[in-house]
Amino acid sequence: MEQLTFETLIAVFEEIFGRALFWGMVVAAVVVTLAYLYVLIRDRAMSMRKFFLAQLSMPLGAVAAVVFVQVMTNSHLRDVGGPVDVIVLLGVAAMGAIGLAILVYTAQSLVRRSQ
Amino acid sequence: MTEFNEIKASRRAFLGLVAGGLATTMAVRPAAAAKVQTKARIVMIGAGAAGTALVNRLVTRLDGAEITILDPSAEHLYQPGLSLVAAGLKPASYTRSKTTDWLPQGITLIAQAAAAIDPVSKTVATSGGQTVPYDFLIVAPGLVLDHDAIEGFSLDLVGTNGIGALYAGPEYAAKTWQAASAFTQAGGVGIFTRPATEMKCAGAPLKHTFLIEDIATRSAGQGKHEMHYAANNDALFGVPIVSEKVRMLFEDRGITPHYSHVLKAVEPGRKIATFTTPKGDVEMGYDYLHVIPPQRAPEVIRQSGLSWADKWTDQGWVEVDQKTLRHRRYPDIFALGDVAGVPKGKTAASVKWQVPVVEDHLVAAIEGRDGSKVYDGYTSCPLITRVGRAMLIEFDYHNNLTPSFPGVIAPLEELWISWLMKEVALKATYNAMLRGKA
Repeated sequence: MEQLTFETLIAVFEEIFGRALFWGMVVAAVVVTLAYLYVLIRDRAMSMRKFFLAQLSMPLGAVAAVVFVQVMTNSHLRDVGGPVDVIVLLGVAAMGAIGLAILVYTAQSLVRRSQ
Repeated sequence: MTEFNEIKASRRAFLGLVAGGLATTMAVRPAAAAKVQTKARIVMIGAGAAGTALVNRLVTRLDGAEITILDPSAEHLYQPGLSLVAAGLKPASYTRSKTTDWLPQGITLIAQAAAAIDPVSKTVATSGGQTVPYDFLIVAPGLVLDHDAIEGFSLDLVGTNGIGALYAGPEYAAKTWQAASAFTQAGGVGIFTRPATEMKCAGAPLKHTFLIEDIATRSAGQGKHEMHYAANNDALFGVPIVSEKVRMLFEDRGITPHYSHVLKAVEPGRKIATFTTPKGDVEMGYDYLHVIPPQRAPEVIRQSGLSWADKWTDQGWVEVDQKTLRHRRYPDIFALGDVAGVPKGKTAASVKWQVPVVEDHLVAAIEGRDGSKVYDGYTSCPLITRVGRAMLIEFDYHNNLTPSFPGVIAPLEELWISWLMKEVALKATYNAMLRGKA
């Protein structure tokens, strides 16, 4: 690649998921992040009980993210061919795990305030 | 119940973070350079990948230029997608868009072909009878597929009788998949060819071979298919180190290479393909035959005296300087894309690297100075080896590998990440290039 700009990256992601799905996911991610920050600021502390359940959901998020990427790209675990592929796979899994953990934590905080 | 009191956040800190992020985003936007004032008349032949990318960049560099672009095709084709269409991985619509969707405001589009070019009086005659004078001419009409050069072949045959021809466009790429798909199910002998001329994306014949072999083996099982690849000379790819790698992959996958076998004729009834070889004509029976015809510059180029006189005489590519893409005899003419008479480089990736060079020399010429950018033959080929894997091969005029991500994405390794790039990132990068942004 000769020039890799922020604009190019956005265009790349629009292409991967389709414009509507991509921006839908961006909005969802922003809403969940803002809600997470909101509950943190509101409660002024992290609840370890909610965090525990959030941690339990992480493997599920990791697997879901990997399956999602593979379905979107006509690929399979057998296609992993070198170290960089393992890194990409782990990166996708990590993003899924962290994303779902934040979602679960936030959902609990919003639903069950008095813990 | 435990509380984690150390982790605290405040509204102020949060707002500060948001403000900081926005400020950073604004700060990294590049400043626009001052436009060059000119009254130059620039005529471009072709609104394909090269013409469109260049015109979108020129309008941001020039103020007052009179830019006219000639292209009779209402449809813009994302040609790198044809390999995926011909393997059933994308629909034909994946490659289609409208030519006008990509062109900027403030230019003139004439939806006609160039019928004649007079480089001495500096005019272009259109197929509709108009005469358009120019100060600078950009020649980027692409190339023509010479299907008639193969005896017994016609495009009506594609999709039936086990014949495929994915280069012929989205519709034929989809028909190619019909024929290829039937072959993957039923088994038999598959023959994959390439022409002896220069061609668009020399990796595509290999990609089709690898993809169909992979799909066939996975869907119908091993041992039902016999795969043959007919190379036009004694190599499988123009870059020796890549050719060797492909030879090894072919051996591993059970694809038999036949060197110096150039497709000459097809008998669809008997399912026989005839090849010209150094030892005379050879006939081979097939159940699936992939045809890629010889490729040449459009007739108008060859008639206008712009072609090389001593190179590629049967093909007629434009005589340009390899490094600047400027015509060697008419300095106010540039050629880029498929029609340019340079080794290798008939790919969208080449175009991406050629466009800034032509832009630089053209704007410099308008300003009365010399340009400085040099094109060194860079091209790239995400050489798909399986559904899900590819090798990201990049190279230059000197047959050197020029990896974009050295140490991270190995060029001769079959990787998932390279497949992801081809399958998802390439079209987006291509679209950004068309808009002049990559």
